[in-house]
Amino acid sequence: MSVLTEQNTTPAGLPLPEPAPTTAAPAAGRPVRRWLGRWWMLLPLGLLLAWALVPGAFSAADPITGIPAQKLSAPSPAHPFGTDHLGRDVYSRVVHGTRQTLMTAGLACLIGSVLGSVLGLLAGTAGRAADAVAMRLVDVLLAVPAFLIALILVTATEPGPLSLGLGVGIASIAAFARLVRTEVLRVRSHDFVQAALMSGGGYFTVLRRHILPHVIGPVLALLAVDLGAAILAISGLGFLGFGAPPPTPEWGLLISEGRQYLSVAWWLTTLPGLVIVTAVMLTAALGRSINCAFRF
Amino acid sequence: MEMNAKNTPAAPVVRIEDLTVRYPGGTVAANGLDLHIPSGQILAVVGESGSGKSTLTKALIGLLPAGTRVEGSIRFGGTEVTNLDVRRWRAIRGAGIGLVPQDPGSSLDPVKTIGSQLIEVFRLHPQRSVPKAQWRSRAIELLASVGVDRPEYRLGQYPHELSGGLKQRVLIAIAFALDPQLLIADEPTSALDVTVQRTVLEVFVSLARQKGTTVLFVTHDLAVATDIADRVLVMNSGRILEDRSVRSLITESTEPYTRALLAQATGSRQRPQPVAHAGIAIDVQEVSRTFGRGATAHRAVHQVSFQVPRGTTFSLVGESGSGKSTTAKLIMGLLDPQSGQIRVNGQRVGAAHGRRRHQLWRQAQLVYQNPDSALDPRQRIASIIAEPLLNYRLGDPRWRSGRVAELMEQVNLAPSLAAARPPQLSGGQRQRVAIARALASGAEILVLDEALSALDVLTQEQILALLQSLQREHGLTYLFISHDLHVVERISHHVGVMRRGELVESGSVHQVFTEPAHPYTRTLLAANPGQVLRELCPAAG
Repeated sequence: MSVLTEQNTTPAGLPLPEPAPTTAAPAAGRPVRRWLGRWWMLLPLGLLLAWALVPGAFSAADPITGIPAQKLSAPSPAHPFGTDHLGRDVYSRVVHGTRQTLMTAGLACLIGSVLGSVLGLLAGTAGRAADAVAMRLVDVLLAVPAFLIALILVTATEPGPLSLGLGVGIASIAAFARLVRTEVLRVRSHDFVQAALMSGGGYFTVLRRHILPHVIGPVLALLAVDLGAAILAISGLGFLGFGAPPPTPEWGLLISEGRQYLSVAWWLTTLPGLVIVTAVMLTAALGRSINCAFRF
Repeated sequence: MEMNAKNTPAAPVVRIEDLTVRYPGGTVAANGLDLHIPSGQILAVVGESGSGKSTLTKALIGLLPAGTRVEGSIRFGGTEVTNLDVRRWRAIRGAGIGLVPQDPGSSLDPVKTIGSQLIEVFRLHPQRSVPKAQWRSRAIELLASVGVDRPEYRLGQYPHELSGGLKQRVLIAIAFALDPQLLIADEPTSALDVTVQRTVLEVFVSLARQKGTTVLFVTHDLAVATDIADRVLVMNSGRILEDRSVRSLITESTEPYTRALLAQATGSRQRPQPVAHAGIAIDVQEVSRTFGRGATAHRAVHQVSFQVPRGTTFSLVGESGSGKSTTAKLIMGLLDPQSGQIRVNGQRVGAAHGRRRHQLWRQAQLVYQNPDSALDPRQRIASIIAEPLLNYRLGDPRWRSGRVAELMEQVNLAPSLAAARPPQLSGGQRQRVAIARALASGAEILVLDEALSALDVLTQEQILALLQSLQREHGLTYLFISHDLHVVERISHHVGVMRRGELVESGSVHQVFTEPAHPYTRTLLAANPGQVLRELCPAAG
């Protein structure tokens, strides 16, 4: 680990040269370029977020009611993603469907990361019994395919964004719990944790001040990757018909509807599909950047 | 034992001229080095980390990282080696230049037997070795020559079945396998206990003398260097400061840096002043602790008793695994003793938990061996030192920042470092931060668990001086755990010698060092490197 290697060989006692400030800007244009080099994916992801928050600002066309006369027309300047079998603008439906998909995926990630992290922290810090119980619970979750868990939960309850998010979220608890536990165990092996306890720190103080800051980076990175996975899972469930009911625009549902016209209208499946692939790849890139930013 | 031999004038095996090594980052690690090593000579290279001694050895064996700029000339037995390709290097490495690596623990392949790793050398250089049919007998012969017992049986063993000393002997055997002209030994014994170090060094040096091998011995320990070498090279920041024979280095050197190293290695005899009896700070009575149970039970500490008067230093010495660190953990209440009693400032330790344990930790603090791991790399120095103050809710924010400044001044840290983070500090500065944190909440007892052994010699010296002045000014009590007898002799009032969990001898430092009663103490003292140094430097010893 690079943290632990001696980076400075100046003999003690002599004043060290001041470390060069890394954030200071030598030229006005450079920090922005460097920031962009690492965080460029935030711009398209921000666009996606804007789609979800104010879809009306990005597409004037009505996503629900179409113009039958213009049905199945190929992509054109008027309809960038073409129109579907009812003459609805596909681009508008993708934009309006973002909210549904992102909200459900966000809910899933929230459930997965919060419950998983708590479980992992307990396992890593609260003694051997807690570790055993938490980890066997995780083993049970891992033994059942994630998609199946989501499917069972969605069919057992009323289909909707809540049950969908819950189903997909529960499936990702295991990954978070394992990650947090290993990270906690790694950090705990350093002497500074024991030293913090001996400096009079309580359980929660040490957890907050010394363990969480070291664990948070990988968790945030996994969160971003998991968001992509959740979008994929939710679109998959939507495709199978477990998502929102038909007139509502939703990414998976769009592809599912377009499937019937695959031979005559390729744009109905391909273009929304590309949006999903792009969104997932962007979150993966975000995850990688977060991981780099927190490693030092 | 006299390990030094007289100079043997002969043609140089290694001829380095005006060697400058510049790493890709721009660091000049070696600057205009000139060096001739005659055949059969043992040359020791001494210096702190960052002095360029590793760069020198890496340049000699062609292992500098890609992108490094090398200027000047290195000739090995008449061949210019600075611009050799990998294939030509392969013929030289192992056969012409052997290497004894630093860490025996990680230098042997854990999934291969000792025998196959030894024989691999013959397989890689078939033209230099004996016929295939004799490989096995040659391997047994080699193991016997480095003093490995039952060599035939050892061939079938795996590295994890061997002790550290045995592993280092195997590595020495591998290095000597093809009778190389030049042997580079990179801190070969610094990971070993003193007694083991002594025997390994004896084997190594006698083998090199017998075969007439030229040796470049890299070490940070001047005492070891003067014990074994004919000639010593002192390096500092990429330059050769001094290049003298052992005798002339000890008796005639005028270089201040060398003098400082010599002073450290011989140990000034200024003992800490005895203090007026002011009660007992740490009282350990017949404490025992066993790990595991049944057949795998390991008696880590057995019936250990000692007392540390307030304001004095008590040192525990012994080899690794002798129970020193377990004793420290018992005293700090991190482990519970199975029998016996420990009192710190009159309060029982064993039963302390929760709030009462915090009371103990306000009076006694632990300073760790490795300052890298003991400080949270994400926190600023000021907040690391302020942490105990915050946790015990001492004073208001203004008082706390004043107290942090005061503590930083006490341990000689520049105030400008308050906003720095541990990775920006040197090892010695980090250890100062750790000491400041330990003292922050008013602890007057420090348990120093090998607190100096991760530091360079001169840094050790500075921290030692700091500890002594803190003790004088604030009446601190130290329990000092170390395997380094030089340091122990200088800092302690009383010494306890531990072996296999038992305290075999304890008494005042003078008594233990001059009239050791237990045979193990005598072995330990005899193994202490620096005999040549003490002989040649009677003023100090």
